[in-house]
Amino acid sequence: MEFTPAEVFAQQVVNGLSNGMIIALIALGYTMVYGIIELINWAHGDLFMLGAFLALTILGALGLQEASGPMAAVAVVLLLVTSAVFCGSFNVLADRIAYRPLRNAPKVSLLVTAIGVSFIFVNLGLFWGGVPMEVFSGGIAAAAPKDFPALVPSRNLVGTDDGVHFTLRDLLVVAVTIPLMVSLWWLVTRTRLGKAMRATAQNPTAARLMGIDTDRVIASTFFLGGSLAGFASVVYALYNNTISFQMGYRAGMDAFTAAVLGGIGSLPGAVLGGLLIGLTRSMSDQYIETRWTNALVFAILIIILVFRPSGLLGMKQREKV
Amino acid sequence: MPFTRPATLAARLSRLIPVALLAASAAHAADQIKIVSSLPRTGSSNAQTTTMVNGIRMAIDEVGGKIDGFEILYEDMDDASPQRGNWDPAVEGQNANKAAKDPLVVGYIGTFNSGAAKIAMPILNRAGCVMVSPANTYPGLTKPGFGEKNEPKVYRPSGKVSYFRVVPTDDLQGSVAAEWAKELGATKVFVLHDRELYGKGIADVFEKRAKEIGMQVAAVEGIDPKAANYRSLVTKIKASGANFVYFGGTTQNNAGQIAKDLRSGGVDAPFMVPDGCFEEAFIEAAGAANLNGKTYVTFGGLPADQLTGKGAEFRERYKAKYGTEPEAYAVYGYEAARVLLDAIDRAETKDRAAILAAVAATRDFSGALGTWSFDDNGDTTNRVMSGQAVIDGKFTFQKVLGR
Repeated sequence: MEFTPAEVFAQQVVNGLSNGMIIALIALGYTMVYGIIELINWAHGDLFMLGAFLALTILGALGLQEASGPMAAVAVVLLLVTSAVFCGSFNVLADRIAYRPLRNAPKVSLLVTAIGVSFIFVNLGLFWGGVPMEVFSGGIAAAAPKDFPALVPSRNLVGTDDGVHFTLRDLLVVAVTIPLMVSLWWLVTRTRLGKAMRATAQNPTAARLMGIDTDRVIASTFFLGGSLAGFASVVYALYNNTISFQMGYRAGMDAFTAAVLGGIGSLPGAVLGGLLIGLTRSMSDQYIETRWTNALVFAILIIILVFRPSGLLGMKQREKV
Repeated sequence: MPFTRPATLAARLSRLIPVALLAASAAHAADQIKIVSSLPRTGSSNAQTTTMVNGIRMAIDEVGGKIDGFEILYEDMDDASPQRGNWDPAVEGQNANKAAKDPLVVGYIGTFNSGAAKIAMPILNRAGCVMVSPANTYPGLTKPGFGEKNEPKVYRPSGKVSYFRVVPTDDLQGSVAAEWAKELGATKVFVLHDRELYGKGIADVFEKRAKEIGMQVAAVEGIDPKAANYRSLVTKIKASGANFVYFGGTTQNNAGQIAKDLRSGGVDAPFMVPDGCFEEAFIEAAGAANLNGKTYVTFGGLPADQLTGKGAEFRERYKAKYGTEPEAYAVYGYEAARVLLDAIDRAETKDRAAILAAVAATRDFSGALGTWSFDDNGDTTNRVMSGQAVIDGKFTFQKVLGR
């Protein structure tokens, strides 16, 4: 099972892209919410975590842990849809209760509120892990990482087992992420709602004067951003097979970094940032050393921000006079 | 007269304070002593530490909750925080300070994690309070020449040894693990660690011993314990051609995820971990299917069902009392409490210095782990270790190591 250097490189590209796409999916939700109300939504990563807990709960409740073949495919679709709807609605709820009353308050109040919401979500996840269900190992150790059933096997799809692996799981990541990105792009650039979103982002007051119900537009943005976190959570759980109430912090951090790297507020930027981080990580793991990986990611972020302060694809901020 | 007013004030005050009650509680405190334990009770170590606390409670109950006429109070302190889901340096510091300041406290049982011991040790040493650890295995805490240059002196600001442990250290476990790996057919090992005191310490010893006995070491890498997955690392392991993977680290630091990614990434080399993963939570986190038949766990002692003599009796009483099988470290919690109670009994006082001297003088103690003594560094002379494999989702005893 000797790997040639070219195979090693190709395998790391696959690893990097798969991990990067998951990061990108979460980063999209971050960047959308930022784009429209300039809120760095700290709770986004933790919302993502709750989506994964819901998915595991549903699996446990329906007894689908051992599902395989077509039954597993049905289960995956079911999880994707329910987690997306749940996370979307939960995000709207958070906006309605916590952020909307602060619409005209200084941005710092919003940010601090989001940090508070993040704490609430994390503790909700901790509590959730203690639910006495078999999938949570009886809820004895609430904080312990949970094993997520391997509904999607890691069967290699190309060549022999000795060569580069592109597994069914990698395919799942691509098959969920790419269509979502394309439809999101279509929604924002080609539909009435998208136009309203862009108008609200540009100038909420003017948008309101033009008869746009900005509260509804913002709520829709929260729903879309949240549902992306829901999709991402299921993909993440099926790809890694472990979920934990703390996973939102790291995932959120990676996604936030991706969003900033690509230019916060920019949808293609978030995708580019996510892929870049994924690739940097896997290349650094292979060719440098694992312990330098995080340092390298942030070093790249700093260098890029020095030369392009608004990120790779970010628009130059117009001064609002 | 100028002095009458304060006098009446004092008289009035004395009426307000329930004097009788104060006197009573003072008299009460005179015949009370307190033992505390500081273990991570929140997070994935919980299953393990619950049985340790049960062991401690059993030891106290067995002496009737009283020793030399002192009533024994016990406080089960948590050194983990929900934010970390793991031991937290800030909380461990608070626990140690609280114990050091409480005049009733005569013994501190803890910690679970070696990193936490580093924080508690100097605080308790300054206060002259004896500390007995049921689980720390990092050699540098007690042994000169195994850790940093200033270890273990830095933990003993008073110059006296006040820290003792009932488990054998990693320099023994790491080298025993390397020898066992060779027996299992390893020729080229890939060594991983979690960059923590315990994990890196044991991985370093493993690496050293592996080279000494003629195995190749493909690489030594510190992982990111919070990473979502280790696919890239697994690709690297695969490319290195290693036929054995060793991880120095704990369940909390993602040992389960590594096992998962090894198997799903197509590496079927055997995987060996130290006793930081010797708990049910590891099998749950990794998924039994990813471990079965290819995963080995070393432990700096014997599993509960291999104990003999007093150890076997302990296991029977434990099962009768709590209705469950004790986890691997339960007997160490029990032993730590027993050796401490034995010393208090011999000291016949609640004076911290006398109790400390009595613990240090423990020789040929006949306990659940056999007959053993504390050496001058505070280490146990007990060196029996064991190796287990995961078979059908259960830890299965394979052999006694290091005898």
